[in-house]
Amino acid sequence: MVKTICFVVVAFCSLGPSRSIAQDSPLVQASKKEGKIVWYTSLALPSSTSIAHAFRTRYGGIEVEVHRTGSQRVLQRVMQEASAGIRNVDIIHTSDAGHFVLLKQKGMLLKYTPRGVEPFPAGFKDKDGFYFGMRATLSVIAYNPKLIADKDAPRTWKDLLNPKWKGKMVTAHPGYSGIIMTHVLALVDLYGWDYFRDLAKNGLHIVQSANDPAGVVASGERPIGANGAEYFYYKTQKQGNPIQIVYPKEGIPLVVSPVAIAKDAPHPNSAKLFSDFIFAKESQQLLADREGLYTGHPEVTYPADKPKLKDLKLISVDADELEKRNVEIKKRFTEFFGA
Amino acid sequence: MPFVETGTLKPAGGGGWREIKGWDPSLTMWIAAALFLVLLMLFPLAAIFKASLWDESGFTVNKYIEVFTNGPFLAAIWNTVYISFWVGLIAVFVGGLLAWLVTRTDIPFKKTIRALVMASFVTPPFLGAFAWTLLAGPNAGLLNHGYRALTGSADSLFNIFTAQGLIFVMALYSFPYAFSMIANVCELISSDLEDAAVILGARKLWTACTITLPLALPALLSGYIVAFLHSLSLFGTPAILGLPAGLHTITTQIWTLFQYPPRLDLAAAFSVPLLLATMLLIALQKKILGKRGFSTIGGKGRQRRLVALGWARLPLFVFVLLVMTLSVFLPYWILLKAALSKAWALPLDWDNFTFNNFSFALAQDSDTQAAILNTFKLGILTATAGTFLATLIAYITNRNLFRGARYLSFFALAPLVIPGIVLAVGLFIVYTRPPLVLYGTIWILFVAYLTKEMPIGFTQAESTFKSIHPELEEASRIIGANRFTSLKDITAPLAKSGLIASWCFIFIGVIRELSVSILLFAPSSKVISVVIFDLKEEGQIGAIAVLGILLLLVSFLIIIGIRWILDRDVVATRE
Repeated sequence: MVKTICFVVVAFCSLGPSRSIAQDSPLVQASKKEGKIVWYTSLALPSSTSIAHAFRTRYGGIEVEVHRTGSQRVLQRVMQEASAGIRNVDIIHTSDAGHFVLLKQKGMLLKYTPRGVEPFPAGFKDKDGFYFGMRATLSVIAYNPKLIADKDAPRTWKDLLNPKWKGKMVTAHPGYSGIIMTHVLALVDLYGWDYFRDLAKNGLHIVQSANDPAGVVASGERPIGANGAEYFYYKTQKQGNPIQIVYPKEGIPLVVSPVAIAKDAPHPNSAKLFSDFIFAKESQQLLADREGLYTGHPEVTYPADKPKLKDLKLISVDADELEKRNVEIKKRFTEFFGA
Repeated sequence: MPFVETGTLKPAGGGGWREIKGWDPSLTMWIAAALFLVLLMLFPLAAIFKASLWDESGFTVNKYIEVFTNGPFLAAIWNTVYISFWVGLIAVFVGGLLAWLVTRTDIPFKKTIRALVMASFVTPPFLGAFAWTLLAGPNAGLLNHGYRALTGSADSLFNIFTAQGLIFVMALYSFPYAFSMIANVCELISSDLEDAAVILGARKLWTACTITLPLALPALLSGYIVAFLHSLSLFGTPAILGLPAGLHTITTQIWTLFQYPPRLDLAAAFSVPLLLATMLLIALQKKILGKRGFSTIGGKGRQRRLVALGWARLPLFVFVLLVMTLSVFLPYWILLKAALSKAWALPLDWDNFTFNNFSFALAQDSDTQAAILNTFKLGILTATAGTFLATLIAYITNRNLFRGARYLSFFALAPLVIPGIVLAVGLFIVYTRPPLVLYGTIWILFVAYLTKEMPIGFTQAESTFKSIHPELEEASRIIGANRFTSLKDITAPLAKSGLIASWCFIFIGVIRELSVSILLFAPSSKVISVVIFDLKEEGQIGAIAVLGILLLLVSFLIIIGIRWILDRDVVATRE
């Protein structure tokens, strides 16, 4: 994992003169005066940390304070601070697009269009220009090939309902993870709540983060991940762990994770600089190369062993619907799974 | 002792309050301490009551109705009571047995056993729970691996993600509370009564049951209640072991109510009846203890002889070893292994060996360093302020310095009956709005820790004072010392080691505190436990192991340092 981080750091540093923002631009000057950015993020800690290091290295020691937790917790912390009148967060990044609908509605976001987002697909851009999708994550099935033979492995979401997988699966939680929140809504749209009622009968091990099932499957604690962040499965697999990813043909929830600047950001210039930085092609390319993520940047290329998005059947969900049904989804999921 | 220097012997010529007959100059301090304590406790409690009974439209009991007609909430209550009941029993049995063995018998390696109990006490419960997920997860858990390898069975021996697993792990880290309480008393009971029984022909076991046990009964009951309430308010352990199996307890249920959009009103309503029930429990404990009112040290000589265990010495020692293996050796070993491995479940060979977890957790994760600093700052601040306040309050209640003084102990013990997370709601409501906005700084955590650790500090200080009979102070006051002087010259030296124990208990309580911190921290004021919990939710096992080891190392260094300074055992107050 750390090897990856070092690699990313080195790679980010060696971007060379092609970078889009000159070191002496007024924005950089103003950012250096602020000296710091506070980033609340739901991107996996190793990935967030490596981006932060790259940014700091590039911009002469502007510190990035990374506060990584699940999407729903990020929102909780942002709201708690807002209600206490505390200004701390600069950049908000979660995998629950509904959060940004809510934050925009409440006037808590700063309108800013990062450089270079024009060619991104419409699904990555807020029509009012408040937030933009920094990365795209798939929620997939995965299994441990040491414990489950390839020919027996589940291939579709419905396969997971088979009683033979009782006690063998792990799920992450929509009350924590924005990816899983989106996943649940996508599958409810597809199959209705009955799907989750039936799935729960198989006695799933419940973890919080969409990244955690990768470790649970790799260690063999549960040989099948009933959902989870594809990039983290992929990274865990690349580290030599026994993991096989299944891309169900019925459709794969596509999660676009937005980034926005907080209205009351204490370091607004650095926040803008940071937004420019993460949407630059070089950064987006590295998200793909080193973190195994998909992005909205049309010029980014992906590792050869990853399927192309256009070859997959993707399901996306409406951000407004996510926002409206947040409480309902948490409640029903908890009802079925007990926690 | 310099009695003659005291105020009461001087001619009263100066006028002012000194002349008022019977006025005790120390009274101001007592009253100030009492007021501070009462306000400290009342603010959050009042906030909880208010939030549970009032909303925008005025007074309402709807929130209570909503909470107590809700199936999942009722299930959480049942789980909690069931789990805490058994944790209390196991903790008192194990803690009591170990305490008796160490203080009153010829069991070998007493010092080592004490040190290991201390290690178990120092281990944050959530860290123990985390370690046990690696040891006894039904499939990947290493003990189950070993079991399957040995027997060829396809089943698992343990499944830690069950109510039984939860009870087991909670008891492993709750018994030291019962131990310290009972060990203190066992050390104070003189052997005279036991000797008398033996002289009259009673056998050892009979003596232990009829003399030692009844003498220790108040301590056993207190131990039970403390262990019960302790497990009731734990958050990290059920979150780590219960939630994966869909098992909620009161604390985890309340915690989920803080997710956005927060339902603090329901959380408050959920905790109020709990508060009342536990108050009853404490009142009951007081009543039981009150009937007996032992003062086990007087000014007279006391003797303590050890019981020879005979043939039972070895089996009992093996039992002690087993307890320590489960609560200390195995968890520490797995933490170390996880910290040094790329994949914790695989054997630790060269291919799997790495220091990367250390560099990642300590150098790269930007949270860690600030969190470490915050944690120890808060530990020292709270332990110092808390010991001071707890000591004053315990002295007031124990010596009944003014009318109504004994009701103070209710306030000092109140936090015990409030799950940390509920206390956190109260504090959150109070200190996130003017006149005093503390949220976002470490000071809200300071206030929270001070409140939460008060029962531990107070219980420790109170049992210290209980064991020092007022006759010693009275003697000094009869000779003419005022209360300050007799406190300084008589009580303080006798209480010293007990107070240092208080300090340690509070310090360790603070640095491993999770259930309050989890709600009151802001990203700019994180502490280590919160960072560990964040990492746990994401499944960063290597980094958790590293931070856990760090937390343990520092705790041990502090304990060793203090023992070295005092040259004595801080858990055992009188050896």
